[in-house]
Formats: sequence, C-alpha cells, structure tokens
Amino acid sequence: MSLFSYLFTPRPKTAAIAKERLKIVLAHERAGRDAPDFLPRLQKELLAVVSRYVQINEDMIHVNLGRAGDTSLLEINIELAGAKAKDGLAPVS
Amino acid sequence: MARVIVVTSGKGGVGKTTTSAAFAAGLALRGHKTVVIDFDVGLRNLDLVMGCERRVVFDFINVINGDANLNQALIKDKRNDNLFIFPTSQTRDKDALKRDGVERVLDELKKTFDYIICDSPAGIEHGAITALYFADSAIIVTNPEVSSVRDSDRIIGILSSRSRRAERNEPPVDIHLLLTRYDLDRVTRGEMLSVDDVKEILSIPLLGVIPESESVLRASNTGTPVVFDPDSPAGRAYVDAVARFLGEQREMRFVKPEKRGFFRVLFGRA
Repeated sequence: MSLFSYLFTPRPKTAAIAKERLKIVLAHERAGRDAPDFLPRLQKELLAVVSRYVQINEDMIHVNLGRAGDTSLLEINIELAGAKAKDGLAPVS
Repeated sequence: MARVIVVTSGKGGVGKTTTSAAFAAGLALRGHKTVVIDFDVGLRNLDLVMGCERRVVFDFINVINGDANLNQALIKDKRNDNLFIFPTSQTRDKDALKRDGVERVLDELKKTFDYIICDSPAGIEHGAITALYFADSAIIVTNPEVSSVRDSDRIIGILSSRSRRAERNEPPVDIHLLLTRYDLDRVTRGEMLSVDDVKEILSIPLLGVIPESESVLRASNTGTPVVFDPDSPAGRAYVDAVARFLGEQREMRFVKPEKRGFFRVLFGRA
C-alpha cells in the first residue's frame, strides 16, 4: 500500500459494526429470555407422542415462542421428510 | 425513607467499585448520610479504593452471623462525616451472604442512613443477585464496548425479573445507565460506540458519562474517591451524575468536542 493511500483511505467505522452486531444478538437474547420454562418439556413430550407413530430424532422438532404484532405465536415445526413410519402403520407420504 | 442503590454491571472491570466509592462520597458531600457496602465476598476491594483498608476489624459476614454489631463494623470516613464504609469478608464461602441476614442488616441501616449503596460483584451468581435483590434504584455501569453492553442488557433483564420489587409486583427498580471510560476522540473517529448508540441499544435513561481519565487510577492509588479531586474530569462527571440522581438538571459534559485553546493544543490534554 502506498503512503498516499495509507494516509487518505478512510478507515472503516468499527463502532457502527459493533452497534449492528449488538442489536442483532440482543434482539435474539431478549426473545429467549422471556420464553416460558416449559418450552423444553413441551418439546420432549411432543417428541414422545410423534415418535409413537413415526421414527424421528430430537433435532427434527422445533418449538419456538415468537411474536407477531400484539399476539404471541407458538410455533411448532416437525420435520417428517425422510422419517419412517413405525411398523404396522401406513407410510408417511 | 432510605433508598437502596445497587451498582452493578454483569461484566467485571468496568468501574463498579470506583463508581460505588465516587457515588457514595458524592451523596455524602451533598449532605446525605450514606453507607457503601461491599458485596464482593472473598474479593474485598472497596476498603482499598476508599482508603480505609487498615481500619477493617469486623465485616459484613460477621454482622450477618451476629458475631459483631453494626457499630463495630461500620467505618466512618475521615474526610466526610456523612460517609460510612461497610467492608466485606475475605472468606471463600460465597454462600455466607444469606438473603435473610442481608435483609436484617439493610433494615437496620435504613433506620439511620439516607442512602445505602451496594457495590455488586461481577457476574450473575449468588453474590450479584443478593446485591441487587433489595434494590430500589440501580446504576448500570457500562463501558462503550460490545461485551460490557451485552452483559448490562443481561443484568437489566435480571433486575426486572428477579429483584424483590419484581417478585412482589411493586413499582419496578428505577434503572440508570452510567457510561464509563468514555473516550470522545475515539468516538469521533468512529472507533468507539457513542453515548447515543449505547442509550439506543439498552433503552434506559442516562445518568452520566464518565470520561476515560488518568485521575481514576490516581484516586485508587491513594485510596481517595475521585469526587474528592475537584480538578479531575472524572470527578466532575461523577459530581454531575450525583446531582442528576438527586433530580437536578445538568448538561452532559465530555460528550461533545470542546474548543481547545492554543495552549491546550500545545501542551496536551488535562
């Protein structure tokens, strides 16, 4: 790098990067902080029920408490793609 | 009615003890009878910062356990008659700080003092939770730096869910932001989070901005709360913060570039 460009190239404003990163991580952490304690238990019990019918792993169930405007949103995602039906039951399509 | 103020931050090394000492001394200078309590069991340091380390005989844990009474343990400051220091114990038993014992001691102190400052240990363990549990007000000491801001946010969350006021559904702890080690030159260059950035992220009211200042180390070297050094920028900033805490309007200093006189430019900064 020439002396000229060293002297005159503006350096990136790292404070702006810090602010952006903090905003994102805190938004995430604040959402988690307000989550009720029963979410992990709910996830476990759902897994138990679903596994009676299909073979799934723990990482195929996601329970999240979110917010949409004024209403709380309990979001439950169960991945069935690739899951096998238990013996004696009709196959999952 | 006596007020319990916790000085807390989550993160260590941001200036809690310096702030506790300065704030207690500042309130005492304003004529309020004030005691400052060290809650950092096992890592006693407030006594050093306040310059009374050789006068410690009994401590907080002794009083909680009934081995000494309050008058035996409280150390009266030699510079100001309104100021008292309540040192903690060097025991390694962190659980010595029992909540009901602390409550008893605080209730006793409330009878004679206007302000009770609780100097919290770092972290979010037992000691820090006990320090904030009984608080009416909280001063969140934050550096303009990512890990400090994040930990402050965490401790604010704990104050609003786990303090006694929160548990009893009473009016919430009134929370203030104190930004310390602020370097205006670096903020101007875009290298440090600005006071407005931190205010926006944490969204709590600002009590004051303490500039990075050599006077803070000088003060702790000699065991003098920094407000007793009226020539120091940090000392003046703490005096202002105390005045704001007492409800006065004071313009924020050290947040805008000051015009420097010719001699100031030539001979460097104060």
